[in-house]
Order: sequence, then structure tokens, then C-alpha cells
Amino acid sequence: MNEHYPALLIISPLLMAFLVSGMAWIRKGICYPLAVVGSGLCAWFSVRLLADVLKNGTVQYRLGGWEAPWGIGYHVDSLNGMVLVVVSVLAFINLVATRRGVAAEFPEKEGAFYTLYLLFIVGLVGMVVTGDLFNLYVLLEVASLTSYALIALGKARAPLASLNYLFMGTIGGCFYLLGVGYLYIMTGSLNMADVASLLPDIYQSSAVWVAFIFCLVGVGVKMAFFPLHVWLPNAYTWAPSAVSSLIAPLMTKVMVYVMIRLMLSVFSLDFTFAVLKLANPMVWLSTLAIVMGASLALAQKNLKRMFCYIVISEIGYMVGGAWLGNAAGLTGAILHILNDALMTITLFLAAGNIYYRINGLELHQLQGLFHRMPLTMACFVTAGLSVIGVPPTCGFFSKWYLITGALQAGQYGFVAALLFSSLVNVILFFRVIEISYYGGMQHAHGHGSPPEPRTEAPATMLTPLLIVSVGLVTIGMYTGTIVTTLIDPVIPAALLR
Amino acid sequence: MSDLIPMLVAKYNYWLYIVLMMIGLYAMIAKNNLIKKLVGMNIFQTSIILFYVSIGCKKGAGIPIIQHGLNTGHHAVDLSQYVNPLPHVLMLTAIVVSVSTFGVALALAIKIYQKYKTLEEDEILARLRPR
Repeated sequence: MNEHYPALLIISPLLMAFLVSGMAWIRKGICYPLAVVGSGLCAWFSVRLLADVLKNGTVQYRLGGWEAPWGIGYHVDSLNGMVLVVVSVLAFINLVATRRGVAAEFPEKEGAFYTLYLLFIVGLVGMVVTGDLFNLYVLLEVASLTSYALIALGKARAPLASLNYLFMGTIGGCFYLLGVGYLYIMTGSLNMADVASLLPDIYQSSAVWVAFIFCLVGVGVKMAFFPLHVWLPNAYTWAPSAVSSLIAPLMTKVMVYVMIRLMLSVFSLDFTFAVLKLANPMVWLSTLAIVMGASLALAQKNLKRMFCYIVISEIGYMVGGAWLGNAAGLTGAILHILNDALMTITLFLAAGNIYYRINGLELHQLQGLFHRMPLTMACFVTAGLSVIGVPPTCGFFSKWYLITGALQAGQYGFVAALLFSSLVNVILFFRVIEISYYGGMQHAHGHGSPPEPRTEAPATMLTPLLIVSVGLVTIGMYTGTIVTTLIDPVIPAALLR
Repeated sequence: MSDLIPMLVAKYNYWLYIVLMMIGLYAMIAKNNLIKKLVGMNIFQTSIILFYVSIGCKKGAGIPIIQHGLNTGHHAVDLSQYVNPLPHVLMLTAIVVSVSTFGVALALAIKIYQKYKTLEEDEILARLRPR
């Protein structure tokens, strides 16, 4: 059984997805337990797989027993083992946390929702484990298609936002496919390791350059990298809260992982940094992404929309870190995949809890929330401190690595952008804290009415939120261990000199 | 100029896919009707499918089925006699992806039509603006 973990962790949610969609016709009540089983098994297998990888080194899995360059191979090292655990565990936590919200927001569509939820997990997890370029495209589209449908479950402008996302996402997917086609013409192979071994002789070929650029543009659209980000704020704002807390932390992070995988394992570092002189422009683009994301976040009047622009600026952190071209920057980028996924899910789960109680997320509606929902707001503040980068929380450590890397690489513009966005985040979060802590007081005083009663979110929604926000601090404290055991083994030796 | 025409003719399949792709992209950007945009998207995807199909092709080669392959012992397969089937097989998957994307997009278009009673993008945006 041990050796089959890579396949099992995809099969279990996939099978459950079919069961759920069938069972939805017979008994609605059974959909949720089945989804929990599917997602829980996936999380369990991925944790076991990571433990296996840490003990025995990289795991290679051949589907159907076909040898590597011909069959589809799964390839798990500590980098994607970590991303795998992040994806599957956070998806599971979110599934439990949003149960009440889903039942309240679209009770008649539970079957469809849980089917799509499980298929989305399949897409993401598959993208992370696969060692095959075309397989990655298919799973990318599985994840994207389910996310279009999930976002369209929302109210008001959600279908329109989802259709715009679909247009952009399809263009992105097609560019990636085109890049893979060019690579296939040049090497005749689709297996990542095989392509990597065939490429060095033809690094000078312009077709390989174009292939890389196409893949990069495609992945850039899907991760909402700055000039290609326009679909993200609308799609994630109008999505139901259960959906945005699933997609926002995971989809973009997985795409960053895919970019790093392409840079490290398919086109090796020699090509990405020495042959192709893209490092400087990419770091500058990320600088722009960080500054623009932070500035646009300041202009938002809706809590969720503000988070969306924060996500865009965080994408800039990770892309910039990966393109700095030194060990510290790459470590920071990989560590930030983990940290940012945790921070974003905490923020969006807190927003979901607030929406569950007050049915709105405009900033002026948040008055007096500290008195009404103290625990939710405490978690919100923890996540806020982490996004700002205050020491005991995990956000500080990845930012530290990124700034160290930027200083080593001499990219002072990137350092300035990181500091600028930290300052803007201080303003963003303290503005929310001010409104929700002091906002209700004058109001209550003026009318002489008693303060509003405590209406904390139900325990099933609150416990997962507390778990992830404790996670923010715990991960922060164990950063050293995570870096030495998980990230250091995947940093290429060429960077460590 | 004298170099250009042979280059166009020799690699006409690539030029064809680029032309189709640009038609699709143009429709997605410039058209106002959502269904026309969807058709543009489909042309865009189809152009890439055609690109893949054309790269498996060889001059004078037939379909990749080995005649009397069974029980005839090991005989060398002359690769130039057969087209490369792999890109075609890949495109079966890509066609499925593009059909399902189109299906999801049409479902979304129905939802949008039910909500706004129109599929013209400027009319929908005009309706959203006052709020």
C-alpha cells in the first residue's frame, strides 16, 4: 500500500466525487460525509507520502507500470510533498469550516457543490504530483473548470465574473499547451525529467526560448501575475465565501509551484538564468505587481476585495523571490507558498465567518465587530500581523528570506517594494481594526443603547479558523526546521555556492 | 521577399495556426456579444489543436497501424511509413477539455442571460454601473 500513495491520494477524492454526484439524487444528507471522507483520505495519504519522502528520498511512481519516458510518471520530492500537504490539508480544513455556510447559502445545490469541490482537489493535487507536462495541462484544466463552476455558484455578478475568468483562464491554458507543443517538437518527449535531460544540447534554439515564454505566460495568467491579474478580484470577490476560502489560498499558490517546477526541473537553472536573460525583467515586473497590488488594495471598500488585491501583491513576492536567482530568494519563495496559503485561508475563513453573521463585507458594516465576534477578529488580527510580517508569525520569516535574497542579488527596487507593501498592509489592517474596534462605540454612546450582544460564529466554523491561526504562529516558530528538512534538499547545488 | 514565399509555403501549417489563433483572439477582445466571444475562444483552442495534429504528420506516411503485425515475428518498423500518433492522441484529450470549457461557458452565458436579459457586454455593464 505504501508505494501506491501517489495514486491513492488522487483516486480517493476522484471516486468520492462520482459517488457524491450519484448520491445527491438519492440522499442529500450523505453528500457531506462522503466529501469529508474523500478529502480526509487525500490529506491523510499526502501526509503519509511526505513522511515517506523525508525518510526514503524522492518517490517515483509509474502509473500502470509503464516505464518513465513513455508512461505518465508521478514524481514526489520534498518540494511538492510540502505543497501537497498544504493543498490537501487546507482543503480538508476548509471543507469542515464552511459546512454551515454552504448549507445556508445554497442548500439545494449541495450535491453539485461537493462534487465540484472534490474534483477541484483532484485537479490541484494532480498538478502537484505529476511528472508529465501534458498531464499537468489536463489537470490544470480540471482545476480551472471546476473553479469556474464553483465561482458561478455565487450571487449577483458571480456568473459574469466567472465567465471573464473563463476567457482569461482558457487563454492561459492554451498558451501553456502551445509551449508544451514547442517543447515536444524539439525533444519528442513529455516527461519532465526526460525533457530536462534532452534540452541542454538545444538551449540556443529559439523554439525552446519561445516554449519557455509561452509556458511562463500561461502559468502567469492562471496565477494572476500583475499585468494578467484582471480576472482575479471580481472572481474571488463574488464567489460564495466557502469557495473563495478554498480557491484563493490554493489555486494561485499551486501555479507558483508549477512555475518553480518548470524553472528548476524542466528548464534547468542554467537555461533560466544564464541563457535566457529574463531574471531582471521578471524581478522588476514582480516589483510592479507588489506595488500595484498594495496600492489598489488601499482603494477597496469591501473586505474580500481588499484581500484579493493583497493576494495579487503576494504573488509578486513569490515570483520575484523565485527569479532573484539565489538560494535565499528561492527559499523565501517556496516558504512563502506555505505561509501565504495559510495566511490567505485564515483571512478568507474569517471573512466567511463575518459574512455568516452580518451578511455583508463592506468596511462600514464592520463596526463593533470586536465586541460581537471577538475570537474571529482575534484570528483576523493574527493573520493581519502575519501578512504585515510581525516576528512570531510565519509571514515575517519568508519576508526575511526574500529581503536577504534581494539584497544579495542587488535588487534594491524589490527590497523597497517589499517594505512598501508591508507598510501599506499596516495601514490596511489597522484601518479595518479601527473600524471594527472603535467604530461601534460612538454610535452606542450617542443613542444610549446597550452594546450589541456577542454573536460569535458557530463552533464548527470557529474551531478550524482557530486551528489555522494557531498554525500561523506554529509554522513561524518551526521555520528553521521546515527550511532545513523540506526546502534545502530541493535548492539546486549551483545556487548554494 | 524571395525568401519569404518559400518559407510561407514550406511551413504553411504554422502560419495557418497563427492566423486562426489571431482571429480567435481578435474575436475575444473586440466582439461585444458574449456568444461571439465564446466562438472566438473556440477558434483559439481549435487552432492549437490543428497545430498539434499537423506536427505529427509526415510526407508519404500512412496511418500508424502495423499491417499483419501479429504472429509475423519481429520485423523492423520503418518509422517514415507511419505518422506520429502521439500528438493526435494528446489532442483527443485537448478536444475533451475544449468541449467541456465551451459547455461550462454556455451554461454561464445562460445564467447571465437570465439575469440581465441580454448578452451584449456593453448593455450588461451599463446595467451594472448605476449601483
